[in-house]
Amino acid sequence: MKIFPLSMKNLVRKPGRTTALVLLTGFLAMAVFGGSVIILSLRTGLQSLEARLGADIILVPSEAQSKVSFQNMFLQGTTGAFYMDASVTDKAMEVAGVEKAAPQTFLASLKADCCSIKIQVIGIDPSRDFTVQPWIARSLTGELGDMDVVVGCKVEAGIGEIIRIYEQRCKVAACLEPTGTGLDTAVYCNMHTMDNLLAAAEAKGVSHKISSGDDTVVSAVYIKVKDGYDIDTVNTALTGKLRKVTAVRTRSMITGVSDSLAGISRTVTMMIVVIWALAFIILLLAYILIVRERSREFAVLRLIGASRSMLSRMALLESAICGLTGGFAGSAAAAVGVFSFSALIENSLGLPYLIPGFGTILLLAAGTILLSIAVSALASAFAALRLSRVNPGTALREGN
Amino acid sequence: MLLQAENISKTFFRDSGSSNYFYAVSPLNLDIASGTLTVLMGRSGSGKTTLLNMLCGILQPTEGRVLIDETDLYSLNDAALSRLRNERTGVIPQGRSAVDTLTVLENILLPSKLYGKTVPTEKAVHWMRELEIDHLADAFPKELSGGELRRMAIIRAIVQDPDVLFADEPTGDLDDENTDRILSAFSSLARRENKAVFIVTHENDAVKYADRLFRMEKGRLEPSSPA
Repeated sequence: MKIFPLSMKNLVRKPGRTTALVLLTGFLAMAVFGGSVIILSLRTGLQSLEARLGADIILVPSEAQSKVSFQNMFLQGTTGAFYMDASVTDKAMEVAGVEKAAPQTFLASLKADCCSIKIQVIGIDPSRDFTVQPWIARSLTGELGDMDVVVGCKVEAGIGEIIRIYEQRCKVAACLEPTGTGLDTAVYCNMHTMDNLLAAAEAKGVSHKISSGDDTVVSAVYIKVKDGYDIDTVNTALTGKLRKVTAVRTRSMITGVSDSLAGISRTVTMMIVVIWALAFIILLLAYILIVRERSREFAVLRLIGASRSMLSRMALLESAICGLTGGFAGSAAAAVGVFSFSALIENSLGLPYLIPGFGTILLLAAGTILLSIAVSALASAFAALRLSRVNPGTALREGN
Repeated sequence: MLLQAENISKTFFRDSGSSNYFYAVSPLNLDIASGTLTVLMGRSGSGKTTLLNMLCGILQPTEGRVLIDETDLYSLNDAALSRLRNERTGVIPQGRSAVDTLTVLENILLPSKLYGKTVPTEKAVHWMRELEIDHLADAFPKELSGGELRRMAIIRAIVQDPDVLFADEPTGDLDDENTDRILSAFSSLARRENKAVFIVTHENDAVKYADRLFRMEKGRLEPSSPA
């Protein structure tokens, strides 16, 4: 039996009814797809942050906690700088359980004539670094040369371009993949370049001197703990050995972010559930109202030989088509909204936010569309059953 | 072809009255053979439509059997009974019986499309011309008058070439000229094409075409003389 053409005609030639049903399912799809993309982006962002930090412990000067929110530098890209004696790296290596210690030096450029853009510059020591280089290696083949920089994906500079930092000309050697964190707005260079930049900044009145007067400074030391050692024990040992240095467990940073993420996920999920429940009830009522409107039509179909199962299938097929269209339209609308305003969402949440890959998005959209079809069919199941059980004799006499 | 009703009756439940169950159709026997036009007359509420519905396979009798060539309609499962209805019966119900989302021609051809049969377009066009609704082929039911809708329902039932044609007040919305035209067509179907035609009406117009005439009063069927 060719019920598909009949169903299509029913849908196309009742545009008001069809539009209302499509809009309702579209609304459902928009909520679930949009909400899921946001939750997934937050999770991907967190995973990215965890992978990018790549260390078990980060040593920073004690003043770092008050001078600039250390976490904000990673999460939101806040620029800032704090310094400690470079000897911290070697002293840390003496602590039992420390496998690797990689220093980094920070410098914030200015929003002034001397600098092209206001960014966070991070100097790394290629011989010791184990956190950033694996990421740089994905975008840059070979060594990071003097006065070369690797820029985060959100820094507005292309490969080969020259950016000025304290009147120093730095060439963009590579762009990093997005991380969804504040690190996307940072610029990386080697320690020699950083020394030049620190000197140039000094000349502009931006001091990096520390109280000891030592010129050799670092901002943070990333620690990798040896296998078999307890990270908390090593953390305590580092704090005890190094004066005026705070040892931050990266896990605690991640946990903080993770807690916020869990809260947001819960809220978004709850909103999705409430929207789905409300829209499902409305959809259910709409289909129940349709039973009354269409009982005569179904009675005619029964009369001319349509079986109950044909009529059920027809009703379910129509609702499935509405679900498919609504699911597709809702997912597309949500995609436009979520992707267009991803920067706004990221800024307002203040958490690592990295939109998952195309494949994942496609799977999510397919899942949303399938779910919309299923919910639409479920909401219409009762109506389909009622319509298929219409008594043609009674229905055709009513309303004559 | 022989349609037989064996001792069929229909009782309904109602809250009021001295007895909760009442006979809409009291037990009766009836044979409807090919080549005859049977007319059933009676006042409104006498049980005519209930009987027609039982005979055409859309209302199961409380008791008794309805057979078409030895096949007990109500012993069939829904799919088989529906298919039989589609292939062997044509029903013209009371009142509006159009699918609003289909054009007049689509409505007429719908029964054949339902099971993927050959679509009798030429026959449909012929009958539409005959009953003067050919200009409405692409119109939708809401654009039609009651009489035009009735003619559409009649053509829909006829063009499927059914063995038995059931018509419930088929001329209710028609003027005298169209009434005569329709009844002549029914008579011709019975006599020339050897179909069984069963008409239910409360009007006298159909009497002169009847081969057999019955009257129904309070659910009881009484034979009557066509002359």
